[in-house]
Amino acid sequence: MAMTMTQKILAKHAGLNTVTAGQLIEAQVDLTLANDITGPVAIREMEKAGFDKVFDRTKIALVMDHFAPNKDIKSAQQCLECREFAKKYDIVNFYDVGEMGVEHALLPEKGLTAPGELIIGADSHTCTYGALGAFSTGVGSTDLAAGMATGMAWFKVPSAIRFVLKGKKAPWISGKDVILHIIGMIGVDGALYKSMEFTGDGVAELSMDDRFTICNMAIEAGAKNGIFPVDDKTMAYIKGRVHRDVTVFEADPDAEYEKTYEIDLSTLRPTVACPHLPENTKTVDELGHIEIQQAVIGSCTNGRIEDMRIAASILKGRHVAHGVRTIVIPATQEVYLQCIEEGLAKIFIQAGAIVSTPTCGPCLGGHMGILAQNERAISTTNRNFVGRMGHITSEIYLASPAVAAASAVMGYICAPEDVK
Amino acid sequence: MVVKGSVFKYGDNVDTDVIIPARYLNIADPAELATHAMEDIDTEFVKKVQPGDIIVAKRNFGCGSSREHAPLVLKENKVSCVIAASFARIFYRNAINIGLPILECEAAANGIDAGDEVSVDFDTGVITNITKGESYQAAAFPPFIQSIIQAGGLLKSLKERGK
Repeated sequence: MAMTMTQKILAKHAGLNTVTAGQLIEAQVDLTLANDITGPVAIREMEKAGFDKVFDRTKIALVMDHFAPNKDIKSAQQCLECREFAKKYDIVNFYDVGEMGVEHALLPEKGLTAPGELIIGADSHTCTYGALGAFSTGVGSTDLAAGMATGMAWFKVPSAIRFVLKGKKAPWISGKDVILHIIGMIGVDGALYKSMEFTGDGVAELSMDDRFTICNMAIEAGAKNGIFPVDDKTMAYIKGRVHRDVTVFEADPDAEYEKTYEIDLSTLRPTVACPHLPENTKTVDELGHIEIQQAVIGSCTNGRIEDMRIAASILKGRHVAHGVRTIVIPATQEVYLQCIEEGLAKIFIQAGAIVSTPTCGPCLGGHMGILAQNERAISTTNRNFVGRMGHITSEIYLASPAVAAASAVMGYICAPEDVK
Repeated sequence: MVVKGSVFKYGDNVDTDVIIPARYLNIADPAELATHAMEDIDTEFVKKVQPGDIIVAKRNFGCGSSREHAPLVLKENKVSCVIAASFARIFYRNAINIGLPILECEAAANGIDAGDEVSVDFDTGVITNITKGESYQAAAFPPFIQSIIQAGGLLKSLKERGK
């Protein structure tokens, strides 16, 4: 029976030769992830259920990134709970302030995720690691508790939608524009319960950072996972990071897909998702004059070094518009340091932006950039739901780092080439 | 088991950020957390909800964040069942794992209005709209998921199986 790339990884981890869409399986996990929001709930559930050991102390990642550095006493208590759990069970991959970064940028950088692996995380954007050719998906805290205790998780084997990427990227087009275009096309439940498998000649056009961004937002189309084939770029990325054997899976040529979409990268325009759903997309040219009071450049979607470089290339020698609070958040300590070494941090500060330590902060309305009544932001984050970044009357427009930086300069949402 | 209650009705894509806004996710106490349920979509919800009441919504209920706090605050508010045309996948897993009954039924999602009195028979999957005199058939759970529900949640089912 022909299988998709996702199905092959699931079959391998379930100890089966083949699986078919709809089949319920129990599979071994290679890594579990929780953060300072979902971790405490998972820890309490695990201990309440009477489990007193973890399946493998080297295969559990705990990242203090959401409300960290702690914004208040309650958040501090939650991190304390995770810290004590990590100490009690001698958890190897516990990342606290000073080492932490935004989880989905941090784990690949640390080599904790690799091609062919199966990763579950108590965070919906765990699907990011599909960029490496892994199966990874978000779960809740109870699933995570079960995963930490037993090393196993249950899944319904997903069917798949195939996205054939073609052509060369048009100017200023990044992974963010590709995924916003796709979500606009299929809707926020367009891939509900399914895999999104990316393929085609256009894959080679996309950098690893583009691929991380695309897989990161697979959940915004309702998908179980997004996944890219493994190529030279993948292997170059993991070199020096992953120090274990990896297994590369490929979809069978005759694998079944529910639908196939072709996307010509050369015809895309910078794309923006309007309030209050990621599917409300328009090209930047269709938007009209929309003024902003805040610009956020960062997050698990777009806080990587290429995102920083493209934003800096636009902000260099310019200044953000009066009244636009511009918040740049490199996603990890490594990216932060690179921003300093490459002179990007200086460019941001001279342009009137602030450069923050890594945190999820404003993306989920936690801290470090909350919107007031009727305020509007352009943001490189992943969700623009009601109240997501602050007051319920505030508005979020999702876009690429290039569009966010350009908009910060002009004071209204605009295309990168329109910056004066 | 049969539950009965008055309906709170919502539309498509009710996301977990409106079910429980992230600004409250630093709260550990479920009872305190529950006072903010549905706050950003319906400020009246926590004032009006009675034990046994039922939430009915359209497509993709519970989309967005994986926060288990979302089904938890509905359970804390004694919501007896959530009926939707479809559920986002992580919310679906979370609800089953923590023992919040959910049913997928497009006909019920279309036929039931806010304030209708509705009863749900979990054994048969029959949803009865007492106000309108209509009934709808929900899809049955696969046996594997039924076994999790019967054990009282995922962790209890794992314990029962000696994991």
